[in-house]
Amino acid sequence: MTDPANVLPLPTPNAESQAFWDACTDGRLTFARCTACDAVQFPPQKSCTACGGETGEASEASGQGTVFTFTINHRAPGPAFAERAPYVIALIDLAEGPRLMMNVINCAPEDVTIGMPVRICFEPRGDMALPQAEPA
Amino acid sequence: MGTSARAPHIVGIGQSAYTRWGGIQDRSQFQITAEAIVAAARDAGLPVSAIDGLTSFSNDSNEGPVMQAALGIPELRWSAMVWGGGGGGSCGAVSLACAAIESGQAEVVVAYRGLCQGQGRRYGRAAPTRTHGNFIAPYGLFAPPQMLALMVQRFMHLYPITEDHLAEIALSFRANANRNPLAVMGDRTLTKEQYLASRWIAEPLRLYDCCLETDGAAAVLITTAERARDLVQQRVEVLASAHGSGAGWSTGPLGSQNMPNDTYASTNNRRLAKELFARAGLTPDDIDVAQIYDHFSGMVLMALEDFGFCGPGESGDFVAEGNIRHDGGKLPLNTSGGQLSEAYVHGVNLIIEGVRQLRGTSTAQVADARTCLVTGGLGVAPTSAILLGRN
Ligand SMILES: [Zn+2]
Repeated sequence: MTDPANVLPLPTPNAESQAFWDACTDGRLTFARCTACDAVQFPPQKSCTACGGETGEASEASGQGTVFTFTINHRAPGPAFAERAPYVIALIDLAEGPRLMMNVINCAPEDVTIGMPVRICFEPRGDMALPQAEPA
Repeated sequence: MGTSARAPHIVGIGQSAYTRWGGIQDRSQFQITAEAIVAAARDAGLPVSAIDGLTSFSNDSNEGPVMQAALGIPELRWSAMVWGGGGGGSCGAVSLACAAIESGQAEVVVAYRGLCQGQGRRYGRAAPTRTHGNFIAPYGLFAPPQMLALMVQRFMHLYPITEDHLAEIALSFRANANRNPLAVMGDRTLTKEQYLASRWIAEPLRLYDCCLETDGAAAVLITTAERARDLVQQRVEVLASAHGSGAGWSTGPLGSQNMPNDTYASTNNRRLAKELFARAGLTPDDIDVAQIYDHFSGMVLMALEDFGFCGPGESGDFVAEGNIRHDGGKLPLNTSGGQLSEAYVHGVNLIIEGVRQLRGTSTAQVADARTCLVTGGLGVAPTSAILLGRN
């Protein structure tokens, strides 16, 4: 078996997350909203965490967010990440509410701060695309 | 203390040698774990055949029923595991044992953990096929230091916590290890200069903020007050035990999308701590010594706040004032050296040290210690803790 650390890992979509990853490949960041109570859902799931109702059609994010927290990771978990280290792993709060993990790219790691405004961009990987954050 | 006949007591402790990562090669992880269980029974003065319950946590691969056969245990009446990764369930394994003892489903239960990280897959590498891993692994987050660094960073942003306070955790635990001949770092001192010069792992965590990677196994044996009366060791009562998790935590920092803002920079123990103290009829002021799960220095600071030893944001000042030092502190912590400097046995070594303090046999003994808090892994889910008392 290939050690996952030797290749840049790709997501493995399942029944709930396939549409999310397909939209990313199209350059759109989406999340589900409950049709009954309007609560935002992430990661994608079919039932609402707030009311138990069914989540509706995916909404598209504006692409604006802020850094909730981050770390500058110096210890690459394998050869695939070694050339990126040190790299920033962050939790990004989208303007619409959902919180996602991303790398903050296109800036020096030491320039990243908590509360910093970011915008979402997409990093092609394999035949998919990952949402990433860059300074707004 | 009005102890009922079935009140759970820890009457035996056992451990293997602790070595650096990969240091145990002549015996398997399973074998040294079995030996730790036998040592706990011997310490209690009980035959191994008296054991009728086995508990563990964190998907321990040393399966209970297999262990039963290996040890020749005639009847297993309790075989249980706490969900979750890392050491979150270490004290939870004791709480499962206590549930069995108090309800009469078993008489003698051993909670155990064995870890030879050099013999298998490195611990903490998340497989990308795991549900939450899909939103984590592609971003290069695989190991606990990065997960917990995110939380410590936020904690240091919210409160006046500095690298000096993280250093105090690492340095005071190392000083304790230097008194403990069984500690992996027993003969290695650590200075503030060495701490500050050590390499970054995941900012704000440096090398010495992170627990050791070691080989070892540890076990504690729990039985009823009634049986404990006839045994050789100073009895240590489990005054209260608890495990659980707060709203939205899922797998904690591995699935942090739904963690509430007001508990994100926490150990996931605030509710648990209140209930634990209430059940034991104690307050934080009543605690003589504590063993707080030290996978990462910053999480220990958070725990001091969440368990009520100081107010929110005050843990930095609390440790800077010398309060956690063995020599003269009002709450000596991790007196064996903890997982930063004794060994990393997913917290069972901390439970053993809690028992040693109440027996009066620690190498950094707190005079007349009568109560000890021990916690499981922090900032994960589920978490767990126990309050131990000498009676
Ligand atoms: Zn809803």
